Amino acid sequence: MRSSLVPAPVASLPWRLILLVLAVGGFGLTVLYSAAGGSLRPWALSQGERFLLFLVAAVILSRFGEGHIKRWALPAYFVLLAMLLLVELLGAVSGGSQRWLDLGIIRLQPSELMKPAIVLALARFYDLLPAGEIRRFNAIWPAGVLIGLPAALVLLQPDLGTATMITLGGLTVMFLAGLPLRLFVGGALLLAAAMPVAFATMHEYQRNRVLIFLDPESDPLGRGYHISQSKIAIGSGGVFGKGFLNGTQSHLDYLPEGHTDFVFATMAEEWGLAGGLAVIGAYLLIVRWAMRVAMAARSRFSRLAAAGLATTIFFYFAINLMMVMGLAPVVGIPLPLVSFGGSAMMTVLLCLGILMAIERSNRGRT
Amino acid sequence: MKFSPVKRPARLVTEQSQAFTFTRRAWLLGGLQLGVGGLLAGRMAWLSIAENEHYRVLAESNRVQLVLIPPRRGWIVDRHGKPIAINRTDFRVDIIPDRLKDRDATLAALQSVLGLPPEEMERVREELAKAAGYQPVPVAEHLDYERYAAVTLRLPSLAGVAPASGYARFYPAGAAVGHLVGYVGTASAADYEASKNPLLITPGFKVGKEGLEKTMEERLRGQPGAKRAEVTARGKIVRELTTRPETSGAPLQLTIDAGLQEYAGRRLGEESGSAVVIDVDSGDLLCMASMPCYDPNSFSDGISHSEWDMLSQDARHPLINKVLSALYPPGSTFKPAVAMAALEAGIDPEQNVSCPGGFRLGNRFFKCLGRHGPMNMHRAIAKSCNTYFYTMGYRIGFDRVADMARRLGLGQEFDIPVASQRYGTIPDTAWKERKYKQKWSGADTLNASIGQGFVLLNPLQLAVMASRVASGNLVQPRLLRGDGKPLQPLPFAAEHFQTVRGGMWEVVNGNGTAGASRLPLDGIQMAGKTGTAQVRRIVGSQRGQSGDWKYRDHGLFVFFAPTDRPRYAGSVVIEHGMGGARAAAPVARDILTYLFDREKALKRLFALEQDWGGDLATRMTRQAAEFRAARATPPPPPAPAAPVAGNAAAPAEDLD
Repeated sequence: MRSSLVPAPVASLPWRLILLVLAVGGFGLTVLYSAAGGSLRPWALSQGERFLLFLVAAVILSRFGEGHIKRWALPAYFVLLAMLLLVELLGAVSGGSQRWLDLGIIRLQPSELMKPAIVLALARFYDLLPAGEIRRFNAIWPAGVLIGLPAALVLLQPDLGTATMITLGGLTVMFLAGLPLRLFVGGALLLAAAMPVAFATMHEYQRNRVLIFLDPESDPLGRGYHISQSKIAIGSGGVFGKGFLNGTQSHLDYLPEGHTDFVFATMAEEWGLAGGLAVIGAYLLIVRWAMRVAMAARSRFSRLAAAGLATTIFFYFAINLMMVMGLAPVVGIPLPLVSFGGSAMMTVLLCLGILMAIERSNRGRT
Repeated sequence: MKFSPVKRPARLVTEQSQAFTFTRRAWLLGGLQLGVGGLLAGRMAWLSIAENEHYRVLAESNRVQLVLIPPRRGWIVDRHGKPIAINRTDFRVDIIPDRLKDRDATLAALQSVLGLPPEEMERVREELAKAAGYQPVPVAEHLDYERYAAVTLRLPSLAGVAPASGYARFYPAGAAVGHLVGYVGTASAADYEASKNPLLITPGFKVGKEGLEKTMEERLRGQPGAKRAEVTARGKIVRELTTRPETSGAPLQLTIDAGLQEYAGRRLGEESGSAVVIDVDSGDLLCMASMPCYDPNSFSDGISHSEWDMLSQDARHPLINKVLSALYPPGSTFKPAVAMAALEAGIDPEQNVSCPGGFRLGNRFFKCLGRHGPMNMHRAIAKSCNTYFYTMGYRIGFDRVADMARRLGLGQEFDIPVASQRYGTIPDTAWKERKYKQKWSGADTLNASIGQGFVLLNPLQLAVMASRVASGNLVQPRLLRGDGKPLQPLPFAAEHFQTVRGGMWEVVNGNGTAGASRLPLDGIQMAGKTGTAQVRRIVGSQRGQSGDWKYRDHGLFVFFAPTDRPRYAGSVVIEHGMGGARAAAPVARDILTYLFDREKALKRLFALEQDWGGDLATRMTRQAAEFRAARATPPPPPAPAAPVAGNAAAPAEDLD
């Protein structure tokens, strides 16, 4: 039922999604407020401003047509690839590892934007590829190059978590594009076989993270500290938590990174299993909405792009939660919309903006 | 159209089939996502429900830090309740590294307020460099109240400085009780490894290291209190939750008479020796003094290197408890035991033995102190005639003497809470066979019968012998009040005791060796027996009465008083004192005088201390100052190692 009081462009927004995002973001701000010991500063206030800014940007992005996005997919990818190379060169010159470019008004982390960009680029690639070619080698090697280059550059930074996400995002699109199933099964087997080799070539700190993930109690005060303290925070919260502002793990500084990567543990300590299930449920609903957008999409590009972006959002929260609950090594993936920091929030809202644009074109003409 | 040799028909892929594949795989993907979501929810439920208890405990042990409050040690008091070891308020200053703002300025201020030497400041600086967080770094301990108050007043400008007050052990009598009570100190790393008790590493906590402080540790320690505080990961205390007060250790009452103990310690004066007094009615040890001694207060405060060197290099062995851990040949103080053995063997005490100045055994002549002429037992004890005791020992055989000696307490270990007792040797034929694979000879009997040769005893045993002879009861010495049993009589005839006691009366009050040491009291008499024990074989004309201090004879004396109804008994040993009558008996006289007439005894002590150059504390302070001054100058060539006290008795054959 359409009310004449609300202008059509506003009424046509996917309000269920926006309310969901507002709920998760608002809850995140509440957690940051508590993590600062019951204070808007230094985190909740600036995070709230950023959240609103990016949300508005996402809504504006949704007004763009599918054609625009399709046209910009590959150029954006190559620009980001060039920026990744630049970051790498700057890092080599300054003699340290660097992940961002200072653009004056904003510190841009190209590897972060590469997560949606790789999805769009591959979606565009398979869109351009004639249907008959999909089971040929021509369908594989360009995609491999498109994924491999940024993944390798990010791995050099070194940022194992982001490189993994870029690769997984790309592989998802390849899978959805219809490449033969045996490639993925074979690849998985190959990966399992290659694991020891990869382990041998890892950086010392990456290797330690993996080892500690396998046995966090081996060094509870040293390198296993993050995972141990995070599990203590979550486990001690119980079903309904210790209550808002009553978390001890976070307030007494036992939980490291309690406002960034381990913000879920801060939340779970105070809100318990109930809060945790609410966050997991909200994320699954957001992903479900995005997957529905993909299913309903009319063009091959928008189908692949929407499903790929949905999976990117999914990877974010799944990897972060697995890490926080001791199911994955500590790889430095924040919980988007909740963790303090702009990059992940920007990426996820960018994904949602594009998804809203696709959703709008699903409803609209053509 | 051309036929090509296609082995397998290529699957036809169209836009339509691709869309179909996409839908199928998207559903699969969605299912996987839901599965992972379920896994995450399940994991979370596992952590927060199944393992909630486990993690709640861990979170609580993170949050709450238990700070132990060391218990105050139980007091050690004497038989009248007079304190021997107490706890004194102790002031200390620590630095909390994380609260320190201007390190150099703060340290400079502390140095001037506390008057700390530069090497101490260096240590503090080093420890601060290594320390982090909220673990305090000690700056100074055992401060007097003035300096503690001075720091407290300046606190507003000294961020990070934490003055604290606790308790430290204090022994009012100082060195006079050193060997008896021992001392306390910080628990060693080995102690902590053995018990893992966190109390042991709590700052300010001390354990008994020696003497009663060590043996009665369990009883004196008490129960630590605890302070529960909420702390951050870096150790900062956010707020205190609850406090459980500590329970002080139970006071320990000794049988010791603190006044007598201190008097005896002071009366031993410059000599190296010991004095023991036993209440013969109960076995209570009234005094167990051993001098010289370290000041237990300086050990409790943490002893300095130079002080330790001074103590360990001193030829008078201030680190050895001479009542229990030093062994001496008893010399003639052994004769009452020989006399008892002779009587028990049926010897008539009135039978005379003629003393021609010695005793001939084969072609060897064993000398006496003089030509005593006809001697019965009474006179032989009074005159300490060796010939009489050679004869009796030879007649009854030494195994019977040894048996009597043991029943009188000699060579025995007693059930008292002390860190160590050396119980020496009462030799017999089996012992020699066992130890030297040699037969017991007649010469062995003669030497042992006058308390030389193989006989080695500690002063406590001599005191017990005196108590048993004086009372006729099986006196067992005891150190703690209230754990005694009624005394059993010794199974020997009362006349035998009377005979020996009579001889000992004569020693002091009649025509005997210690006539100069009669008690200066009306109606109270002391009985005793002197002893002079050789330290080494007589060489040439040197007879242990002159020459190097460390080769001079030991002086011994056993005694009891009053003679008509014995109440107190004991022994005095003066190392290298040259003679029992000369060195030991006067000390025994004054100690007994103290028990009956305190004023008179103290007057005599003050006169003596005047001669020695001040009281005990004054003299010890001066000695320490001299030692430091000597060390400051180029060190003298190393002195030859001195023989261990009391262990220097060589089997002597040509005896007087």
